[in-house]
Amino acid sequence: MSESIKVIVEKCIGCGLCVKVCPFSAITIVNKKAIIDLSKCNLCGACKEACKFEAIAIFKPKIEAVDFSSYKDVWVFIEQERGKIAGVSYELLGKARDLAKDLRGGVVAVLLGHDIKRKNQELIQRGADKIICVDKPELDNFISENYANIISHLIVKYKPEIFLAGATTCGRSLVSRIAVTIKTGLTADCTGLDIDKEKRLLIQTRPAFGGNIMAQIITPNYRPQMATVRHKVMKELEPDAKRKGEVIEEIIDGRFIDGRVKFIEFIQEEVAKVNLADADIIVSGGRGLQEGKNFQLIRDLADAIGGAVGSSRSAVDSGWISYSHQVGQTGRTVAPKLYIACGISGQIQHLVGMQSSRVIVAINKDPDAPIFRVANYGIVGDLFQIVPLLIKKFKEGSKK
Amino acid sequence: MKIIVCIKQVPDTGEVKINPETNTLIREGVSSIINPFDMYAIEEALRLKEKYGAETFVLTMGPPQADMALREALSLGIDQAIHLSDRAFAGSDTWSTSLILSKAIEKIGAFDTFDGAKKAPLSIPSTNSGSRAMSRDNPEQTKCVEGVDLIICGKQASDGDTAQVGPGIATHINLAQATYVRKIDNINLENKIIRLERLLEEGFEILEVKLPALITVVKEINEPRLPSLRGKMRSRSQTISVWGHKDLGLKEEELGLKGSPTQVVRIFTPPPRDKGMILEGDPEVIVEKLAEELKKHLI
Repeated sequence: MSESIKVIVEKCIGCGLCVKVCPFSAITIVNKKAIIDLSKCNLCGACKEACKFEAIAIFKPKIEAVDFSSYKDVWVFIEQERGKIAGVSYELLGKARDLAKDLRGGVVAVLLGHDIKRKNQELIQRGADKIICVDKPELDNFISENYANIISHLIVKYKPEIFLAGATTCGRSLVSRIAVTIKTGLTADCTGLDIDKEKRLLIQTRPAFGGNIMAQIITPNYRPQMATVRHKVMKELEPDAKRKGEVIEEIIDGRFIDGRVKFIEFIQEEVAKVNLADADIIVSGGRGLQEGKNFQLIRDLADAIGGAVGSSRSAVDSGWISYSHQVGQTGRTVAPKLYIACGISGQIQHLVGMQSSRVIVAINKDPDAPIFRVANYGIVGDLFQIVPLLIKKFKEGSKK
Repeated sequence: MKIIVCIKQVPDTGEVKINPETNTLIREGVSSIINPFDMYAIEEALRLKEKYGAETFVLTMGPPQADMALREALSLGIDQAIHLSDRAFAGSDTWSTSLILSKAIEKIGAFDTFDGAKKAPLSIPSTNSGSRAMSRDNPEQTKCVEGVDLIICGKQASDGDTAQVGPGIATHINLAQATYVRKIDNINLENKIIRLERLLEEGFEILEVKLPALITVVKEINEPRLPSLRGKMRSRSQTISVWGHKDLGLKEEELGLKGSPTQVVRIFTPPPRDKGMILEGDPEVIVEKLAEELKKHLI
């Protein structure tokens, strides 16, 4: 097999820049020349990007000239649960408007469920030009097989150019099935979406390796170009009552319903007053709280400021709070407008789960705690003094 | 029951330190581990084996050194390991990775009694050749994989974080799926139904899924065991089958960069966060100042 990556020996000066950036430690310098260990290399391209001497070549498959002129519009999967539309769907409608403008196409909301037609007007006000609505009793609860079968069918029928969904438990379970079924590219957890107008390509930017590297990804040879986006990354539009749109009701017969998965029941977690993924503000507690009962301080601050409760892994492992609150690599990834970390030292596993938050406040006794490196506001002090004062302050503020 | 666990070898982020000056990862000397979520998948397979009786397999796609990850899984008590290793696999995105893994699952499923030491025949019964593009208008006609009852994956890998490969495998071989599983209530072996709980944003849901099925698991599902000394000894001498693309009946153009619908066009380091403001001293003053600052952001 012809190798797909090569060091151009004449150009390489053995500076070692590529060695430093390789995420797989696949490069070594031998006799002042870079040597790539192909058994470790994943062809990610970080070395090519870092090389100042253009001494690394990656042979990518040629972009075939495929005619995609019959593909049009930007589709947004509208996620709803018991008639409530997920915030991320509105945010995606907002982003889809920008993309559709660059492509001179329309924004289509794809809404599946039961007894959901009343939502149509709202979606138009939030940016949809068209709604494809499938209303069916079997779609009352989200079952990925059924939703994927139907949406794949709709994609084949209408040929969208771009398909977006939220990077939620629902969206992530769904879109991979669709992408495999219709054979197209899918990029998870994008933080940036832009259009290359000339090539009509969606440039998808996403963090890799816990946010320490950003990658730009395209799907040149297949349509639609599919991507998921996390909550709070894109901006939703204000509802505009004057907006007009078209509603297409699709009648789908029973052969798209997969009988193998049966929904039994949904159990709401009682403490989840504010859902972590949806929250604009998250207050998190860690080992610095010392005891389980002190977690009440975190709950009180969250209440006072109208936020959700998060935690570090060590607080969950100590049994102070349930796993569903854990933020970080083995828990949830969040990106609220404000993240307040109380008594959390900031291990890398925690940081990767919250460092995309817009504003980070850290309260910690140890001035050398790694959390301060990502904090916009670092408070070096005793959380047992600071947090009660903050609670008081915010309670006063909300009374005014 | 035949259970297959799919695992991935990833860099150990627990060992990764951040360079305080450049805010970038220091990767030198970072060792490889089994993706943390896959440890729960392995443990769950072992628990199901103990409870219901099962033949367990561990499957990974990766470079030669991923052999270590497979041996670790064997040392924990998994019966057989298969290593998918081939230069043609490098650069595969989630689409082709899930294709490769699903072909291997079909191959494992095709044997009634599997002997890892024996070289497996090359031909496999294939339910789909190449792309299944645009063929889903008759979904009920697609046959699902045979000879395998349950496939378990971690919810996502800690390096790529996509969570796409599990559902991707399920779709390639037409399996029902349940993602983010936090508990398996029971398996009814007679009716071939698994009852389980999925962790969602605002709570959890209970599903019943007909086997064969693919599940992805979250940390909450169990507490992984440590390997026994005997397990470690045994795993060292166990034979691990290594399969390449030809063993799976795949063509090179379906794999790697060529077979991947997505392409990475650029990799860059994100701009570091702005230097933060450090507040120290009298708590009253600090809180006053912070509240003042936060007002700017919360309007």
